[in-house]
Amino acid sequence: MFEDLNDLYQQVILDHSRSPRNFKKLDGANRVAHGHNPLCGDRITVYLHLDGDVISDISFEGSGCAISKASASVMTTTLKGKTIAEAQKMFAQFRQLVTTDKPDGEDIGKLAVFAGVHKFPARVKCAILAWHALVSALEGRPCMVTTEENPTAPKS
Amino acid sequence: MSTAKHHHTLDWAAIRADFPILNQKVHGKPLVYLDNAATSQKPLAVMDALRHYYERDNSNVHRGIHELSNRATAGFEAARERTARFLNARAAEEIVFTRGTTESINLVAHSWAGTHLKAGDKILLTEMEHHSNIVPWQLIAERVGAKLLYVPVTGDEGLLDLSRFDKLLKDGVKLFAVTHISNTLGTVNPVADLCRRARERGIVTLVDAAQSAGHCPVDVQTIGCDFLAMSGHKICGPTGIGVLYGRRDRLEEMAPYQGGGEMISHVGFFKTEWNVIPHKFEAGTPDISGAIGLHAAMDYLDKIGRAAIFEHDCELAAYAYERLASLGGIRLFGPKTNHAGLVSFLLDDVHAHDVVTFADRLGVALRGGHHCNQPLMHKLGVESTARASFYFYNTRAEVDRLIEVIGEIRKFFSPKT
Repeated sequence: MFEDLNDLYQQVILDHSRSPRNFKKLDGANRVAHGHNPLCGDRITVYLHLDGDVISDISFEGSGCAISKASASVMTTTLKGKTIAEAQKMFAQFRQLVTTDKPDGEDIGKLAVFAGVHKFPARVKCAILAWHALVSALEGRPCMVTTEENPTAPKS
Repeated sequence: MSTAKHHHTLDWAAIRADFPILNQKVHGKPLVYLDNAATSQKPLAVMDALRHYYERDNSNVHRGIHELSNRATAGFEAARERTARFLNARAAEEIVFTRGTTESINLVAHSWAGTHLKAGDKILLTEMEHHSNIVPWQLIAERVGAKLLYVPVTGDEGLLDLSRFDKLLKDGVKLFAVTHISNTLGTVNPVADLCRRARERGIVTLVDAAQSAGHCPVDVQTIGCDFLAMSGHKICGPTGIGVLYGRRDRLEEMAPYQGGGEMISHVGFFKTEWNVIPHKFEAGTPDISGAIGLHAAMDYLDKIGRAAIFEHDCELAAYAYERLASLGGIRLFGPKTNHAGLVSFLLDDVHAHDVVTFADRLGVALRGGHHCNQPLMHKLGVESTARASFYFYNTRAEVDRLIEVIGEIRKFFSPKT
């Protein structure tokens, strides 16, 4: 009955949103960045411990909808142990996954559960919020990043 | 606002049929449009007026001496007269056409506050103002060195805490701006009383009537404000047209807003004389069709009666409030009684954004977010709420559908055992 909704809110996503993984402040983090979606007020802080160019530990804190929370949670479980270059590549793949119905051919593991997001254009920003914060942390820009890159976004 | 029974003879079903857009399915479900505080739908009468204008009368105003220009000018100025009657202004010259409430407030901030406020002066606002009644004042305050003060909001019940209001007014305040009806809380503020108390101290007053003008009787002389701002699109009119009411003496003492055609009486290479009010504030070709559509919208609303509309909207909101409260596990915002036609809420177990996405797929259009009230949201300790806002074409059956949909949402998001 709720085909699109079932695609969007897969059980894995509902599970991660109810019991987010790595949901804490990371003691000993050497990179931090905040993400904010001004449209809905969601806020997420991503903590990283970089060992050379390897993400040796990662966590997040914040509040938001089921999609943004689950996306942050799945992101942290996916990226632990990955290099900066691998993380950036995954972000590009993830963005393609949630904005188009043509994911690139490569296997992106657990991130695939977010494929249903592309049918809900208003929710793409929710899915990408934590990733924006991640990229900003990787690049050493600790300032607040927002999801407002699209000038045609709905406004208040 | 009267609570007398006005509408026992009104045929609400026939009125609803004037809005063809409501008769459709979205995502395969009958549309239940509950986002009226964002914008209202348009009746056939308004669309007919626009069509007639473009099919018969379209031309520029105040310029040509040919027949079509005369008709366009007459239609545009008739809309100004109609707006004056709609708000009970003393004269049509007190009506300035703008793009909407936001531009109306910016106009006052620029052309009155920008020349009448000086460093150290204070502007008094309230904590429940929409961003459009905060940010223009911040910009002008920064430019002239004025300061902003706020009347506090009491908490989730969303009333103005007026215990210190007179004390706040004493503190060097030159301008007081307040919303008539809160777009997030549904609070109806006692604007006539507040404006009287401000005026007694010589303070200039502005009322944001974006949420009230099409929903209840609004009389600028009873309210006693210097300025009142409203939008056309929230009262069944087209987007792109709005109104600034200004008391004649205030408009006379104001600087122009934008320069261009229409707002001048004589232009030299180095010096220009301004046109008379209200044209002084209407540079360039105005939204002629918008004004004509607005005229039709005002006729339409007053045929139903704004007192009857208010009663209908408030009854629906009270019914929604009661049914939502009975669900349990829900936080409701706004006054428990006497709120206008909208309800803001937050489910304990599902984020507002998820509620709105889900409801949309079941045909119910809600608003989720901060409603352009970020400082208020921050004060209430929430990031967003879901909001159902009603108009006269909504029905109790639609409220029942909302409640049913919330039940489905909860079932979907609750952990499966």
